[in-house]
Amino acid sequence: MKTIIDITSLKKDYHVGEVTVHALRGVDLKINEGEFVAIMGASGSGKSTMLNIIGCLDRPSDGIYLLDGVNVAGMSKNERAAIRNLKIGFVFQSYNLLSRTSALENVELPLMYNRLISTKERREKAIAALEAVGLAERMDHMPNQLSGGQQQRVAIARSLVNDPVVILADEATGNLDTRTSYEIMSLFQELNSKGKTIVFVTHEPDIAKCMTRSVVFRDGHIIREEDIKNRLNAAEMLTALPVEQD
Amino acid sequence: MNPGNLLKVAINALKRNKMRSFLTMLGIIIGVASVITMLAIGQGSKKSIEDQIASMGSNMLFVMPGNMRMGGVQQGSSSSQRLTVADIKAIKTECDAIVAVSPEVRSSGQAVSGSSNWPTTIYGGSEQYLEIRSWSVVSGRNFTDTEAEGSAKVCLVGRTVADELFGEGIDPTGETIRFKNIPFKIIGVLEEKGQNSFGQDQDDVIIAPFTTVQKRVLAQTYIQSIQMSARSAEESELAISQVEEALRRTHKLRENEDNDFEVRSQEELATTMTSVTEILTILLGAIAGISLLVGGIGIMNIMYVSVTERTREIGLRMSVGGRSVDILLQFLIESILLSVFGGLIGIVLGFGASAIVEALTSWPITVMWSSVILAFVVCTVIGVFFGWYPARRAAELDPIDALRFE
Repeated sequence: MKTIIDITSLKKDYHVGEVTVHALRGVDLKINEGEFVAIMGASGSGKSTMLNIIGCLDRPSDGIYLLDGVNVAGMSKNERAAIRNLKIGFVFQSYNLLSRTSALENVELPLMYNRLISTKERREKAIAALEAVGLAERMDHMPNQLSGGQQQRVAIARSLVNDPVVILADEATGNLDTRTSYEIMSLFQELNSKGKTIVFVTHEPDIAKCMTRSVVFRDGHIIREEDIKNRLNAAEMLTALPVEQD
Repeated sequence: MNPGNLLKVAINALKRNKMRSFLTMLGIIIGVASVITMLAIGQGSKKSIEDQIASMGSNMLFVMPGNMRMGGVQQGSSSSQRLTVADIKAIKTECDAIVAVSPEVRSSGQAVSGSSNWPTTIYGGSEQYLEIRSWSVVSGRNFTDTEAEGSAKVCLVGRTVADELFGEGIDPTGETIRFKNIPFKIIGVLEEKGQNSFGQDQDDVIIAPFTTVQKRVLAQTYIQSIQMSARSAEESELAISQVEEALRRTHKLRENEDNDFEVRSQEELATTMTSVTEILTILLGAIAGISLLVGGIGIMNIMYVSVTERTREIGLRMSVGGRSVDILLQFLIESILLSVFGGLIGIVLGFGASAIVEALTSWPITVMWSSVILAFVVCTVIGVFFGWYPARRAAELDPIDALRFE
């Protein structure tokens, strides 16, 4: 199986005035193609820093990070932008859709920064991505005409559109109610079953149980790493939820 | 991002805040419109003065009596009686750069015909006077040299005088009028010249032989000024020096004595008169330029607000692969669009305002293309200059901080 993320003794220090904060103190992590990994931990544990580095938004202070076989640890700002554009899809807690911009144009956004993709190709890919999240018929809607769950689906379509090697989700269900959370998780599971590699930061154990492996951070170290047994199926959970009669 | 997409993104961003974009542009619109209008007004008044001076005659030179000293006492130029017919003769014979010369004497008074009367000014000149003033006779004839030298009681009347004394549009040739009780036979009517730029009616004149005006009207032997035509505009400098030389000789001035007369050319007069309007144009233009600058600062202000407001958007764009330069260009293009669109509207408005001023003042107001191009270039520069700092701030944002920005 192909290794997508291969991290060896990764360190990240922040300098806040005189004080040096060690956010990551030597982390080793391997994520293979087709995995659905939950990154867990309390706030300040280093999980956000980890996600930023995996997403090439930040660079490590020390260590090796091979993304899809390429060492990205020492890359410049522009090189990292190009890597993000081609290999990574982000899904955020607060969706981060452009307001007063249609769903379709929101999904097209990552491809706008790729000069090799024509307008026609961009449109086709964006429509395909919206179809994959079941929102093809809403492509002309503005974000404020969509529910929270639908907005997050648009955001997921956006993360898919460049066909990334890994999708990084940061508390992607954090702003959603239980029902919608399971809807979104069922979408993620569906994408995962089609072979997408997903790294998902969450602090909800229920959500983490939908994934294949969990990695728990504390104080800049990985303290526990285990395959998830009795994996939950989000679609089944959804049907099991009591229907609110109000 | 390719240029087409950058432009589209910038246009969409401006469309999302139509009112704000318009108000921001308004600063530039007003600035550009006022620069163009002010320069056009300045240019128009300058042109009107130049036209005025050109209508006075062709390659004209004047000799005015200058200050003179009488037994150590400085006399004012108006009291000077130094120009005489002898000077005219000297200029005629000695100055080959001069093609026409005429004395000028003038007197104000009441012109009377039958029961009508009208206050006007009589000008006395030689037969060449009309030629020098590039004036023509539309009905009848000019007086001859013999008449000019022989104090003939003949005259030419301007359109206004003819209208006032004989009635609108009537040709008074052959009639007789009295000026200060001297009867003059009208032998011709002058072509209409209209008002000059100072609002003076140029047709309110009577022109008669200078000898007649000198002897019969004014009872004096000197002349008030000499008017001449140089052979060409290029030769007016030469003509001035020739005339000065001739007059110094006839006035018997010693080497160390100053001229007791002044020779001026039409160009000099034009330069003096237009220099005032030029200063005015610069002042008006500078004030308008300041408003353009204020407009530019308005753009900068709004761009800063926009960058802050859209920090998360910037973070998102960076996270999906936008490089710093893409973000920089996005905001820079927005500010350039604001200033260039504002500039274009301002140019149209400037043309409109100039047309209105032209209609109101009847000055020949012309919008200079150079000022349009200048305004446009300045606008683009303003867009780049005032957009640069906010755009740089956007481009230098850290994507992680930007995404977390509340």
